[in-house]
Amino acid sequence: MIPTRESFLNWAMIAALLIVPLAAWSLDEPFIITLATKAAILALAGVGLNIALGLGGLISLGHAAFFGIGGYAMGILAAHAQNYEPLFEWPFLFEGSNQMPLIWLVAIVCSACAALVIGALSLRTSGVYFIMITLAFGQMLYYFAISWSAYGGEDGLSIWVRNDFPGLNTLDPIQFFAIAYVILCLALFFAARLARAPFGLALAAARQNADRVEAVGLTPFTLRLTAFVISGAITGLAGALFADLNRFVSPTMLSWHTSGEIMIFVILGGVGRLYGPVVGAALYILLEHLLGGISDYWQIFLGVLLLLIVLFARGGLIGALAGREKAHG
Amino acid sequence: MKTIRMLAMAAAIPALAAAAQADTKIGMITTLSGGGAGLGVDVRDGFMLAIEQDGRAGVEVVIEDDQRKPDAAVQIADRMIQSEKVDILTGIIWSNLAMAVVPAATAQDVFYLSPNAGPSALAGKRCHKNYFNVAWQNDNLHEAAGAYANEAGLTNSFILAPNYPAGKDALTGYKRMYGGDLAGEIYTKLGQTDYAAEIAQIRASGADSVYFFLPGGMGISFLKQYAGSGVDLPVVGPAFSFDQGILQAVGEAALGVKNTSQWNKDIDNPANAAFVAAFQDKYDRLPSLYASQGYDTANLILSALDKAEVSDQDAFRAALKAAEFASVRGDFKFGPNHHPVQDIYVREVIKEGDVFTNKIIATGLSDHADAYAGACKM
Amino acid sequence: MTYILVLEQILNGLQLGVMLFLMAAGLTLVFGVMGLINLAHGALYMVGAFAAAAVAGWTGSFLLALMASLAAAAAAGALMELVVIRRLYRRDHLDQVLATFALILIFSEGTRWLFGSFPLFLDVPSYLSGPVSLPGGIEYPLYRLTIILIGLAIAVGLFLLIARTRIGIQIRAGEADREMIAALGVDISRLYTLVFALGAALAGLAGALVGAIQSVQVGMGEPVLILAFVVIVIGGIGSIKGALAGALLVGMTDTLGGVFLPRLFTLFMEPASAASAGASLASMLIYILMAAILLVRPSGLYGGST
Repeated sequence: MIPTRESFLNWAMIAALLIVPLAAWSLDEPFIITLATKAAILALAGVGLNIALGLGGLISLGHAAFFGIGGYAMGILAAHAQNYEPLFEWPFLFEGSNQMPLIWLVAIVCSACAALVIGALSLRTSGVYFIMITLAFGQMLYYFAISWSAYGGEDGLSIWVRNDFPGLNTLDPIQFFAIAYVILCLALFFAARLARAPFGLALAAARQNADRVEAVGLTPFTLRLTAFVISGAITGLAGALFADLNRFVSPTMLSWHTSGEIMIFVILGGVGRLYGPVVGAALYILLEHLLGGISDYWQIFLGVLLLLIVLFARGGLIGALAGREKAHG
Repeated sequence: MKTIRMLAMAAAIPALAAAAQADTKIGMITTLSGGGAGLGVDVRDGFMLAIEQDGRAGVEVVIEDDQRKPDAAVQIADRMIQSEKVDILTGIIWSNLAMAVVPAATAQDVFYLSPNAGPSALAGKRCHKNYFNVAWQNDNLHEAAGAYANEAGLTNSFILAPNYPAGKDALTGYKRMYGGDLAGEIYTKLGQTDYAAEIAQIRASGADSVYFFLPGGMGISFLKQYAGSGVDLPVVGPAFSFDQGILQAVGEAALGVKNTSQWNKDIDNPANAAFVAAFQDKYDRLPSLYASQGYDTANLILSALDKAEVSDQDAFRAALKAAEFASVRGDFKFGPNHHPVQDIYVREVIKEGDVFTNKIIATGLSDHADAYAGACKM
Repeated sequence: MTYILVLEQILNGLQLGVMLFLMAAGLTLVFGVMGLINLAHGALYMVGAFAAAAVAGWTGSFLLALMASLAAAAAAGALMELVVIRRLYRRDHLDQVLATFALILIFSEGTRWLFGSFPLFLDVPSYLSGPVSLPGGIEYPLYRLTIILIGLAIAVGLFLLIARTRIGIQIRAGEADREMIAALGVDISRLYTLVFALGAALAGLAGALVGAIQSVQVGMGEPVLILAFVVIVIGGIGSIKGALAGALLVGMTDTLGGVFLPRLFTLFMEPASAASAGASLASMLIYILMAAILLVRPSGLYGGST
């Protein structure tokens, strides 16, 4: 493959996301590591959304639902394990868990199931209606979580210590970062393979011309639903990691602001660009961090910057830097 | 990589020595932007007023905005503890943010002093030796309202609160002390702004009084609509909806309403008189409940610093526990779970010139602790 | 449960409905004519309320305050359109979502910077306060009744504007075929600014009217914005008739659901948990309604194709 400007940018980005926390670690600046971890996890959520949004053309404003489900999967399993109150006793005794791999599996399965149901219903609509119906499902879960007092309702659930990963000390910021970073890289690799696989090509074709896809004997609905489920599952995994980063989960993770933010990461970086969410999430967190120090009214500056980027950097940041072609190469 | 780290540590030692001169570092995480910013601004202003009046060298306060987001608060706390090495954290307004931050902070050997939120878990099962609440346990003001209702001879209350944990705690707190019947019990949507439907139910219920807990804009909306509805049953609420900051936005609709509070600007003691005057002088507005809590929190810290260094954790904790400072509420002491044992007053909304404010008319509960202290094993 | 309570709740649902209609009308017009998703519509609602509160504070006149809300929101809308929005018409929905989200941030924090963090005071004028007795023995707040009448009057006015006037013809033509009306020599950019300002003014008026009985504070537009989106999606995007139907449906569902669901639950639960469970379901109800309608009619009640 001939290295293009975009692929150079991609490598630079993913390297920077590794080098910055390592440098911070050697300088004993643990908070920068935490910021980088947050960027990696939110980028992972964006990679998930990008499969539906960029590849499938499905503008979902309800991905907070999957993000939150992943978070609650972590919160509920860990809370039961900590308080020694079994989650259920039938058909077998299950006491919850504080093992990350098991938590991740549960988060992926739960969010995939939710995505299957929400997707199957929502994909009957299209365009703006699809945006709004996914938003509606997200809001339903949000209000449900607020009043679900068994798990803290609006107060959320807080976990005393981070969950365990075999062989690592997850409370050490750099080790937890390593976990998030490796998962992000795996997800990026998976997303790249998916885009080039027959499934990805068919999905992209369905986005551009659904009739033609149907003519060759594929059903766009099934393709899109599959993409939506994969997308939801990855975002759910990110949710579980995000909850572990904060050792806390609350309905805020399910609110439409969260859906909007995940979407902003994708758009900022460039829709359909494999590494778009990485760039977008890193930039957003950097802005939030830098502008927060300027004044109480820093969100004005954030707004102006976002506006300028939309108006003048079309195709997101990667688009502006690398040119318009070669989406999902 | 190990060697790099060692080198960096070596380079950091002079920096540490320099830092040792600022011996106490206080981190304040509070809400300074978005909808709930008014409360955070008041806590900050009250707190900083006390710090400036004291004026001693060697106390540094770092202030950060949590945007009322739990995840932002957690990350700021992590940064303050890990990078800026603060000794004391304070400032959080909302219970859900406190639940996210406090357990992890106290587990990392940092002191946390709450100037506003007092969720029941932190008063009971999850209490911690390094956690002190300088305001109230969440149920306190509601319990006082229940006690006041008995005293005022109310026997058929209609009660309402938003459908979230603090709302349920509020109604539980009211019912714990209240001895009469309930004409109705409603949970409204969190953030709801239109209460026409609830007011119609109140009208139809045959109640003799209304108790509501609707913090922030929700309370403003409810009171204005209630005043316009022609229902004229007496209303009782906790101080949050009748605070100096929002009272002006409620206006006439609040006049005469009874509300419960552990502080008011007319509490007669020298510390309070000085506080009210200094606050007005500096910020050009009347202090609120939240400002008084911020002010007390800062003075408590300063009083403990007079006796012990923060680095000597046991001595500093004992000094905090003793609470020997001139509280603007008058007498102030901590119970076994580090929550206040205090008088809670009943206030009435009045108009002084053009300004709406409160005056104390009775004492709701004297030397009141909280219902969760028994569950706290410290 | 008396029939008076039921009637009163129906009036409440109607009042919420007409307010939502004022918000939704602008949103749906802008979408129908310009194809734009405007998340910042709630900011205009807030601008209206703040302008009204400020003018009422200076002059003491509620009528002047209402006019100020119309003027300020229309001006803010026109400015927004001229500076930002008109660059977005040819963009896809994603760019529009991001740009108008940025506008929300700018307007919200800008307002907080101008007016401070505390809620502002705006009250019902004395001649509209207090209850009136309606036939059937219902005591109903006069102000809410006024809101219902103003809302219905504006709805009628809007239908006449669109059905009878030259500008209405242009709007309808714009919805049907955007390229065509430009080709017919209509000054399209002026039409767009006008439609946008009109929608903004209606949102501002709604903000001022509602601000008098709720609290005038930063961020007040967002919950309403979400509801307004639900309304126009249920009604079919671009359709004024749909916006009216959707607004009334959402107003009624939200109000009546909140009142009667908890009561329904007391039939088989103890009161405290019934109140809580009923309230939970009630807060999800309009979203369930919207999902159900879209499943049966994927482009809303009166929607064509988008």
